[in-house]
Amino acid sequence: MENSQPQHTNRQYEEELRGLRAGLLKMGGLAERQIAEAIDSLVNRNTGQARETIERDVEVNRMDTEMDERCIRLLALHQPAASDLRFITTGLKITTDLERIGDNAVNICERAIELNQEPQLKPYIDIPRMAEIAQTMVKDSLDAFMRDDTTLAEEVIDRDDEVDQLNYQIYRELLSYMAEDPQTIPRATRILFVSKYLERIADHATNIAEMVVYMVKGRTIRHMEKKKA
Amino acid sequence: MPDKVIVRHLRASFNKVEALHDVSLNFAENRVTAIIGPSGCGKSTLVRCINRMHEVVPGASCTGDVILDGENIYAPAVDPVQVRRRIGMVFQKPTPFPTMSIEDNVAAGLKLNGIALARADRDRLVEQSLRRAALWEEVKDRLGRPGASLSGGQQQRLCVARALAVEPEVLLMDEPCSALDPISTARIEELLLELKATYTIIIVTHNMQQAARCSDFTAFMYAGDLIEFGETKQIFTNPTKRETEDYITGRFG
Repeated sequence: MENSQPQHTNRQYEEELRGLRAGLLKMGGLAERQIAEAIDSLVNRNTGQARETIERDVEVNRMDTEMDERCIRLLALHQPAASDLRFITTGLKITTDLERIGDNAVNICERAIELNQEPQLKPYIDIPRMAEIAQTMVKDSLDAFMRDDTTLAEEVIDRDDEVDQLNYQIYRELLSYMAEDPQTIPRATRILFVSKYLERIADHATNIAEMVVYMVKGRTIRHMEKKKA
Repeated sequence: MPDKVIVRHLRASFNKVEALHDVSLNFAENRVTAIIGPSGCGKSTLVRCINRMHEVVPGASCTGDVILDGENIYAPAVDPVQVRRRIGMVFQKPTPFPTMSIEDNVAAGLKLNGIALARADRDRLVEQSLRRAALWEEVKDRLGRPGASLSGGQQQRLCVARALAVEPEVLLMDEPCSALDPISTARIEELLLELKATYTIIIVTHNMQQAARCSDFTAFMYAGDLIEFGETKQIFTNPTKRETEDYITGRFG
C-alpha cells in the first residue's frame, strides 16, 4: 500500500518514514545474520565465532534504541493517522521482536561456548533444520513487512507449527539420551535450550508477521485461532 | 443512540453552482460528530443547511430533507426561526455583542426569540448557561462588563453560553477553535465532552487532531461529496476509502 501511495505533502515527514523503514530492514538483516552466525558457531564448534556474535549484539541493541526513538519522534511531531499510524506502531513492536531475536542468538552462542568445551554429544541434524526454518521465517516476515504482503505473512504464521514440532521432536530425542546415560544431561539440557531459543525466534517472526497483517489490513489477528487469519 | 438529525439527499447551491451533491448522513443523539475535509469541500454549507442558515445567503438554495426528531425542518409550515432555536450555532470567530454586557450577551438570544423572563429567572438562566459553558467562575464577579473585555477563548465560551441560553437540542460549531490558543482550545474540547450529555453536537474543523480528540463519529467530505462516515476511531486508524486515507495522512495534492 505504502509504495503505491502518493507522497506526503510534508517532505520531511515522508523522509522520516522512509528512514524508519530502511532502519528497520537494516536491523532485521542484522538479526538474521546473528541467528546464522550463532548456529554456525554451534554446529562448527567455533567458540571464537560465538564470542564475536555475542559482541555484535550491542549493535542490535543500539538499533533497537534508535528505531524506538525514531518511532516516538514521528508520533510526537507528526500525529500520524491511518496507514502511517499502523506502520509506526508496527515498527515499534517489530523492533522489540528483533531485539529479542538478537538476545536469543546470544543465548545460543553462550550454550555453544559451553557445549564446545565438552565432546560432542551427537551430530547436529534437527537443530540446523530448525534454525534454517526459523531464519527463513524471520527473513520472510521482514519481506512481508517491506512489501505489505499479507499472503507471505500468513505463510510465516503457518510455518510456526513446523518449528514447534521439531522442538518437540528434539526434546523427545534428548530425553532418551538422558534416560540412557545421566552423564549426557548437562550437554543434552544445553541443546534443549538451543532448541527452545530457536522456537522463540520463530515465535518472534510470527509476531512480526501478525503485525504486518495488522499494518496492511488494520485487523488484529493475534491471539486468535490459527487459520482464521 | 437514536439519530437526532437525519440528512437525506441534501443538495445545496450558490447561484446555481452546486456545492453539496446528494449528501445523506445521520447524527446520533448525545454524540459529537466531526465534519472534516479541505477548504471548499462543503462542510460549512452542510452545517448551515442543518439549521436553515444556508438559505439566508443571497442566491443560495437547497433541496433534500433534514429531519430533526422525525420532523422535516424544510417542510413548508416550519418556521426557520424556531429551527434555529432548537439547533444553535457557534461560529469560527467569537462574535459577542461587543458593547453589550456579559450577562446581556448570554440573554440576547432570549430577547431575539421574544422570550421575556422575570429578573430572577433570567439571572438563573444566565448563570446556568455560563456554568454549562465553563465560564461562570471566571466572569461571575463582572457580569456587567462588556463582552469585548473578555479574552478570545472566554469570548468563544460566552458565545457557547449564548447559544445554550435558548436551550437548543443540537449545537452546531463551525471551526469554534480556529481563532483560539491551545489552552482555550483544550477548554472548548473539554466542554464538548460535558455538553454532549445534554446536546447533540456537530463540529466542523480543519484540525484533524481536534476531530480525533473530541468526536465520536467523523464525516470526511471532499468536493461537495460525503466520502466516508464512521466511528472516529475507525476513520483515524483504518479508513476504508483511499481519499480519506490520503487526507488524514497528509498525502493531499
